Amino acid sequence: MRHILSVLLENEPGALSRVVGLFSARGYNIDSLTVSTTEDASMSRMTIVTHGNDDVIEQITKQLNKLIEVVKVVDLTDGNHIERELMLVKVRAAGKDREEMKRMADIFRGRILDVTDKSYTIELTGDGSKLDAFLAAIEPSFILETVRTGTSGIGRGERILKI
Amino acid sequence: MIKHLRMNMSSSQAAGTLLTGAEIVVRSLAEEGVEFVFGYPGGAVLNIYDEIFKQDRFKHVLVRHEQAAVHAADAYSRSSRKVGVCLVTSGPGVTNAVTGIATAYMDSIPLVIITGQVPTHAIGQDAFQECDTVGITRPCVKHNFLVKDVRDLAATIRKAFYIASTGRPGPVLVDIPKDVTANKCAFEYPREVHMRSYQPQGKGHSGQIKKAIQLLLDAKRPMVYTGGGVILNDAASELTRLVRRLGYPCTNTLMGLGGVPGTDPQFLGMPGMHGTYEANMAMQECDVLIAIGARFDDRVIGNPQHFYREGRKIIHIDIDPSSISKRVRVDVPIVGYVKDVLAEMNALIEASGREPDAAALKAWWAQIKKWQAKECLKYRNSDEVIKPQYVVQKLYEVTGGDAFITSDVGQHQMWAAQYYKFDKPRRWINSGGLGTMGVGLPYAMGVQLAHPEATVACITGEASIQMCIQELSTCKQYHIPVKIVNLNNRYLGMVRQWQEFFYGNRHAESYMDALPDFVKLAEAYGHHGIRIDRPGDVEGALREAFKQKEKLFFLDFITDQTENVFPMVPGGKGLTEMILAEEL
Repeated sequence: MRHILSVLLENEPGALSRVVGLFSARGYNIDSLTVSTTEDASMSRMTIVTHGNDDVIEQITKQLNKLIEVVKVVDLTDGNHIERELMLVKVRAAGKDREEMKRMADIFRGRILDVTDKSYTIELTGDGSKLDAFLAAIEPSFILETVRTGTSGIGRGERILKI
Repeated sequence: MIKHLRMNMSSSQAAGTLLTGAEIVVRSLAEEGVEFVFGYPGGAVLNIYDEIFKQDRFKHVLVRHEQAAVHAADAYSRSSRKVGVCLVTSGPGVTNAVTGIATAYMDSIPLVIITGQVPTHAIGQDAFQECDTVGITRPCVKHNFLVKDVRDLAATIRKAFYIASTGRPGPVLVDIPKDVTANKCAFEYPREVHMRSYQPQGKGHSGQIKKAIQLLLDAKRPMVYTGGGVILNDAASELTRLVRRLGYPCTNTLMGLGGVPGTDPQFLGMPGMHGTYEANMAMQECDVLIAIGARFDDRVIGNPQHFYREGRKIIHIDIDPSSISKRVRVDVPIVGYVKDVLAEMNALIEASGREPDAAALKAWWAQIKKWQAKECLKYRNSDEVIKPQYVVQKLYEVTGGDAFITSDVGQHQMWAAQYYKFDKPRRWINSGGLGTMGVGLPYAMGVQLAHPEATVACITGEASIQMCIQELSTCKQYHIPVKIVNLNNRYLGMVRQWQEFFYGNRHAESYMDALPDFVKLAEAYGHHGIRIDRPGDVEGALREAFKQKEKLFFLDFITDQTENVFPMVPGGKGLTEMILAEEL
């Protein structure tokens, strides 16, 4: 099962290594990981997408909590949540394909950020499956380059992760 | 947190004298009440050593290899319940210490390791004796710090001691660049530590505790299984009280020996790979298992699929939530300090006036007696050749069962655990988790320094002892009169045993050729040695050595080369799939 773990941790050098080291040392999976500071500069927030059965996820949560710099861990997939990922994709857009690529970007509510006479660079946000769908909808040979941020997530409504 | 402290300090100490980082290290250790620092000097820690030279608040013990510094600090802690402290230099000083740190980490021993680092401006430049200490040690410490600003130093050392000794204990490393030890700032040792990200949960959930008591009292075939957590949290008296009040059978793991007295009739011996038949059968066949400060590790329960029993209920008390339901699903988890939880359980059981089911318990003990009748630790003694088990039994007699025993790793370790009965906690000092050969002698040093008047024996083998043999020199320098009981079978015995059982008896690299004359070696270091090769001389040699309290004796017992450790649960097998001596 896929899980999204939100982790609040001290914004200290090495804190990221401890988390990543934990996953590799204990053989857990990281599907994606994003991290940045929060509105409180002393604190970072990390979103880890992982998968495993319930026992594995329970252990991951406990092991994360055991790290001295980790303040809080929440499994967003335990409740209603929103997830978003940003993708920048450079596609071939020359001649007759230019119109088609523009239309695809519009359909997926993407924005074209950069234009040359042979290519578009499109920005897309959504959950991971939407980004996958966009890539699947385009002939692979048209995709020149992609870069994805990995998933960020937040609880819906009153669900707040804060200290 | 560090920032807050820094502000407090600067306001209160604005007019105070300034201390160097090295002075701050030494003052901070003194503030922590440190008695001994085990270490080895080098370039990056010279400023700190210079300050150690000028002070008399604590003693420094100069080992002969950094690994031994950590082991000695580790055993000092295990036997005394204080935090062990060591000090090593950057680069090779650190890498040599890593085995010791990992050993302490696996057994949850509270240590503070202070390491020198190249100056901050040289970090990352591949400087002489530079290594990424924080990176190398990260997976084998509870936490580590790199202190880049002298103003953070005192608060960091305070935190290190706090983290090491609270919650599930463990080693904490503080890496200090050389320039930080020279830089100056005002010094005030923080009284309190508050960390928003580290607040160990100490008190067990009372609802869960009530549930556990209910299950325990309703049990028909109860079993108490306890580990190193009981020793580390000084809960042996609470545990013994619970076990005696209920009249239930109890087993202590290798790390938990001494949790209940080893001579107690309710003690079934150690469980696991080389545990007793009765302990393993009771672990498997009970209907309620209470695990206390233990972690169901592979050497204790064997294969978890085989260990599973339909209907058996498991209660698990541990300070570390991640130990619970890690290898075995439990029914009643209780997170908290085992000492407090056990005290609460005792009080509640005594207040309830409820008694266990006497008829069921009688039947259960009758079953256990049948298992005990197998006498799984019986061995055939000999007049011709010294049996290693016999040496341990005689050692037990000669020391009146009251010695501190350290061991190395292998067959001799298992025989020590099986045949020496530990009536008190913190008397049995060994590397259970990491299984580090070479710990025995430095462990004995740490124990003897913590207990100068006590009898300390190191049960070892001719292979293990050679891994830290250089510490005989440290023992000479500091007059550490430990007794080394070398069970010398000229083999890596446990490796040879596995090769015999599982590898067609092909002894690949397990024969210890070209052994030194240990008696002469001991004498070369200024100690005394006796070589014993006849069973009739075992007791006499032991008595002779232990009589001379102020001298280190190296007793080289030439033992039976073919002896194996029984019972044995082969790796990956279930607990009840034991090989017993009589079956071969």
